[in-house]
Amino acid sequence: MAAITLEGVHKTFGAGKVGVPALQDVSLTVLDKEFIAIVGPSGCGKTTCLRLVAGFEFPTAGSVLVDARRVTGPGPDRAVVFQQFALFPWKTVFDNIALGLRNKGVGKDERNKRVAAAIKMMSLEGYETALPHQLSGGMQQRVAIARAYVLDPDVLLMDEPFGALDAQTRTTMQEELVRVARLNPRTVLFVTHSVEEAVYLADRVAIMTRRPGRIKEIIDIRPVRLAEKWDKHDRIEDVMDLESFIHWRTHIWRSLREEKADRN
Amino acid sequence: MTMGPAERLTPLQSMTCGLIGILLFLGIWSGLSLSGVVPHQFLPSPYDVASRFVQLLSVQFAGATLPQHLASSVMRFSYGFFLGAFIGIPLGLLMGWFRMLDEIVSPIFEGLRFIAPIAWVPFAALWFGTGIGGPILIIFAGAFPPCLINSYRGARFVSRPLIEAAQMLGTGHVRIILEVLLPASTASIVAGLRVSAGLGWQSLIGAELIVASTGVGFMMSQAQLDLATPTVMSAMVAIGLVGLLFDVALRWIETAVQRRGLS
Repeated sequence: MAAITLEGVHKTFGAGKVGVPALQDVSLTVLDKEFIAIVGPSGCGKTTCLRLVAGFEFPTAGSVLVDARRVTGPGPDRAVVFQQFALFPWKTVFDNIALGLRNKGVGKDERNKRVAAAIKMMSLEGYETALPHQLSGGMQQRVAIARAYVLDPDVLLMDEPFGALDAQTRTTMQEELVRVARLNPRTVLFVTHSVEEAVYLADRVAIMTRRPGRIKEIIDIRPVRLAEKWDKHDRIEDVMDLESFIHWRTHIWRSLREEKADRN
Repeated sequence: MTMGPAERLTPLQSMTCGLIGILLFLGIWSGLSLSGVVPHQFLPSPYDVASRFVQLLSVQFAGATLPQHLASSVMRFSYGFFLGAFIGIPLGLLMGWFRMLDEIVSPIFEGLRFIAPIAWVPFAALWFGTGIGGPILIIFAGAFPPCLINSYRGARFVSRPLIEAAQMLGTGHVRIILEVLLPASTASIVAGLRVSAGLGWQSLIGAELIVASTGVGFMMSQAQLDLATPTVMSAMVAIGLVGLLFDVALRWIETAVQRRGLS
């Protein structure tokens, strides 16, 4: 069953002669509970793809379907994790995570239970009453992920969620996300410019061309990951040492390099 | 001790500088008035003003003492100011969120806000006579625009990811306005209130010169008829002091809000 379908999607920003084409005939299908990563040169429109699915933008042509329904705007069935966290600075960690459930009209007891579970899942215990600015970047992104997961969304959209974090925090968060995603599988659309991150996290990796973006190639990582038992390693560096990992990383890297070479 | 442009002054230095400024001002004023360069009835000396000011604290002029006049002015001001805030702030937030409302209200508002509050005096008098409605209308005309503009700007410039985050969490219009736009605009709104208080207080005096039957402005117009310049100036000093007091209070709130926002 396809959870997300982009079919012949064109997106042009602005109109007429000044219009900038961002996406050109993008077609992509994400299966239910599949984790798909989109990589591509900067400015290729990968974030635009995600924003179309989120309902923040609408395609100039083509269709964007989630659960076979056309996307008409943002909603809690498609939770978004932003690169810059986008937490409400005046709300505590608890209230940030609880807002989506309050909007849904989830009763107080049920709400508290679910928020507590999300807080536990992201190891945020003890920070319930902290305000976002009192937390490090990594902790803030944990809150943002908890805020998305607590809604129990069909689709999780992550827009370079670790892009603003330092290298070490980033690694921890990647390992954490693998743990959470394997434990609690969701349909995930994950946008990143890090090839390693894409190969490590995703079931499939979609490579985009430079602007105006098209899908150039889709790599199925999942069979390799299962065959080579990547998940038995807790640490990202152990996975990154495996020959199978290196093979696909290099493959994707070369594919991206061709794109950059075109421009220069 | 060198003091370049970028050099910070200690509190003592800055207070000394302020004192020098005031003394210089009073010195020139006294000089002009006492030397007779400017005729005495045109410019009373600082001493005359000060003694008249103290006298007016207990002695009635135009039916009331200076504090009584001030009290009725402050009361009128409060009505107009709070009316401006209670209408301006919500309307600004709503305009910042609902595009259509913005398009409907903006052209009228942009036209009206350049009309000086004082220009409403004839209509204030016509509609309300000498009642309290007139001055309130005029103060409202001064205090309302900054409240509206600042809450509107605050709401319009809330960072986009924050609004998108609220939307993807399924937040409804009312909750977005109350729980996202309002807290995000607080600093801008308080800054607007400061400007509102200033403009409202300035408009009040003008309104009272013509419409009211008590109040500092009324007191001034009565004193003007008698050519009682020290009384006029005492009223001016009182207006300045009260205005300063409002500003200090609102600046204090502004700093408190900003500190809460930043820390």
